[in-house]
Amino acid sequence: MSGTLAIHVEDLHKSFRIPTHRVDSLKERMVRPLATRDYRVLKALDGISFEIGQGEFFGIVGRNGSGKSTLLKLLASIYRADSGIIRIAGRLAPFIELGVGFNPDLTARENVVLNGVMMGLSPKETRRRLDAIVDFAELGEFVDLKLKNYSSGMLVRLAFSLMMEVDPDILLIDEVLAVGDAAFQQKCADAFREMKAKGKTMILVTHEMATVEEYCHRAMLIGDGKIAHIGGPDEVGRRYLRLNFEGVGAAGVPPSNDGEDALVRMLDARVVNGSGERVSSVEHGEQIRIQIEIEARQDFAALAVGHLLVNADGVGVCQLRAPIGGDPPPAIKAGERLRVETVVENLLGAGHYFVHCGINRLLEGGVALDVAGAIDFVVFGGPADHGLVALPQETKTTILDRTGA
Amino acid sequence: MSEVATSTLREVRGPSAVGGGRQRFFDLLWLMSVTEFKRVYFGTVLGYLWSLIRPLMLFGVLLFVFTQALKFDTKEVEHYPVMLLLGIVLYTFFQEATNQAVTSVVTQEGVVRKTQFPRLVIPLATVLTCSFNLALNLLVVFAFILASGVDPTWTWLLLPVAVLFLFVLTAAVSSALSVLYVRFRDVSIIWAVVAQVLFYATPILYPITLFDNPTTERLLMINPLAVIFEQVRVWVLAEPNAPTAAEAAGGAIYLLPAAAIFIGLCAFAAWIFNREAPRVAEDL
Repeated sequence: MSGTLAIHVEDLHKSFRIPTHRVDSLKERMVRPLATRDYRVLKALDGISFEIGQGEFFGIVGRNGSGKSTLLKLLASIYRADSGIIRIAGRLAPFIELGVGFNPDLTARENVVLNGVMMGLSPKETRRRLDAIVDFAELGEFVDLKLKNYSSGMLVRLAFSLMMEVDPDILLIDEVLAVGDAAFQQKCADAFREMKAKGKTMILVTHEMATVEEYCHRAMLIGDGKIAHIGGPDEVGRRYLRLNFEGVGAAGVPPSNDGEDALVRMLDARVVNGSGERVSSVEHGEQIRIQIEIEARQDFAALAVGHLLVNADGVGVCQLRAPIGGDPPPAIKAGERLRVETVVENLLGAGHYFVHCGINRLLEGGVALDVAGAIDFVVFGGPADHGLVALPQETKTTILDRTGA
Repeated sequence: MSEVATSTLREVRGPSAVGGGRQRFFDLLWLMSVTEFKRVYFGTVLGYLWSLIRPLMLFGVLLFVFTQALKFDTKEVEHYPVMLLLGIVLYTFFQEATNQAVTSVVTQEGVVRKTQFPRLVIPLATVLTCSFNLALNLLVVFAFILASGVDPTWTWLLLPVAVLFLFVLTAAVSSALSVLYVRFRDVSIIWAVVAQVLFYATPILYPITLFDNPTTERLLMINPLAVIFEQVRVWVLAEPNAPTAAEAAGGAIYLLPAAAIFIGLCAFAAWIFNREAPRVAEDL
């Protein structure tokens, strides 16, 4: 670690007691004072230690329920740790669940002043910066509107601008700022770069690896309340995605069947370009060529590929199915080696994708091979944040009535 | 990690009732109260009038019931309407502040779950907002007092002392209720009933001397509110036959239970709020 520390965390523990039967009225407590108070203990954080240097952009990733948000709330002093030490140098501003502590019944002006003071400015100082905040958020004309009348995009813009103007030494951001229009996103990106240049420290909690890889110097992967890995963002990203797919299996998709008992052996799996070279990224609008090489371990009447394309959040985007060897599919003998290439039009939005490769037995039924996350690739270009895919479209206008003209 | 580096690191211990610097505490308290006051009184068409109409309506109804319908003997009290109005305005402050404070921490959920700030600010701001209101209402009451022919006396200057005691008591009850409500949601219902009972247990509708029974008077004076209200009556109305709080209780020594309850409530509020404050964000 170089330079001085911004954050030092040592052996942090936090657990929540989740009552199996919640007693939330005094009446209940009085009526049954001796009722056993059953609860189960959820260990959200179980011995976390790390250090973040000043000027570092640090990413925290983990699946839902891994404890990353709990960690953030501990750092932000919203929760109190059961044990362990947190030391922080300088002023810290949290930006949790896409917002700060806004009260919907108050106007933007009042909320900004209140939150400025909460974040450690004096009321005078906050009022002085009010114009800059509202300008940055592009909300000048709405400054005296109650926040309950704001759209979610406006709220996030206001919160983000406030945080930038409060000018904290350490910024905590939970979830990505994937709100607001492209122009505002650009502003956010510029603001981040500016902060980086000024030597501010930022902690970014997200499950979007692209953001971590773009901004962070280092990243930490949390799983089950423990640190799974701390290191470069790409390594953390790889591990995180692997973890994601273990999770998919647990969440209902049948587990990988690629061991020695699989009926088909996978020799290779890759995405290739038009010249057959292995690639790791595909531009939107090009073709995605998924190649797998397999070896049959027994005789089959017929086989079919059944790939599942999954995005970085573990959401299945589409299934690719086709019989192997033409239609009707021929029988395949034991020991036969095949290369199967599936070509699809790349209509996907930008992001990181995975292919769960599967081989199904067509006539007998059943799964011959199933490899979760066998291939991963990145899609660039195309719709970044307006939907998962760009479907081909056609728009036709018919004039129904011209009398208006 | 150099020596210099560790010295700039400060340990953070999570949320608390009052932590984070005195200046910031009072800045926040003031801002929140003023903002809320403005919201309530400039946000509606009738604004401040609303908060005056409520006690005045209650006053009108009770005055009619007790002097006209029930023919309550008010001769003993020279300025019964004035005593009634003053009592109602003070009690309205206590009741509204505590009732609003009960749910305050839960209502401010969005703020509590997303920012770090001294938690005690929330119930205290509610009480402070209501006390701005009380100050305005007292101006109206004093206009009424003068119009009724009560002569100003120097003891009027003591009124702020009584109001201060009332404020502290209200703040203590409000803080305790606000964190209890986070855990036990029926606190609000229970408190509404208790506050109603306290209204009748406090000498507002009747002079403490009504019972003409030292034991009953002594029992009633266990209630710290009764002590405050009785003393206010003596100081403001300067009636020769109104007993001071000590006289009503039958000697200063009998004010000790009320004092003990007052101090006990403050201590309990401080203890429970301090204990619960670090966890309110989790229990919401």
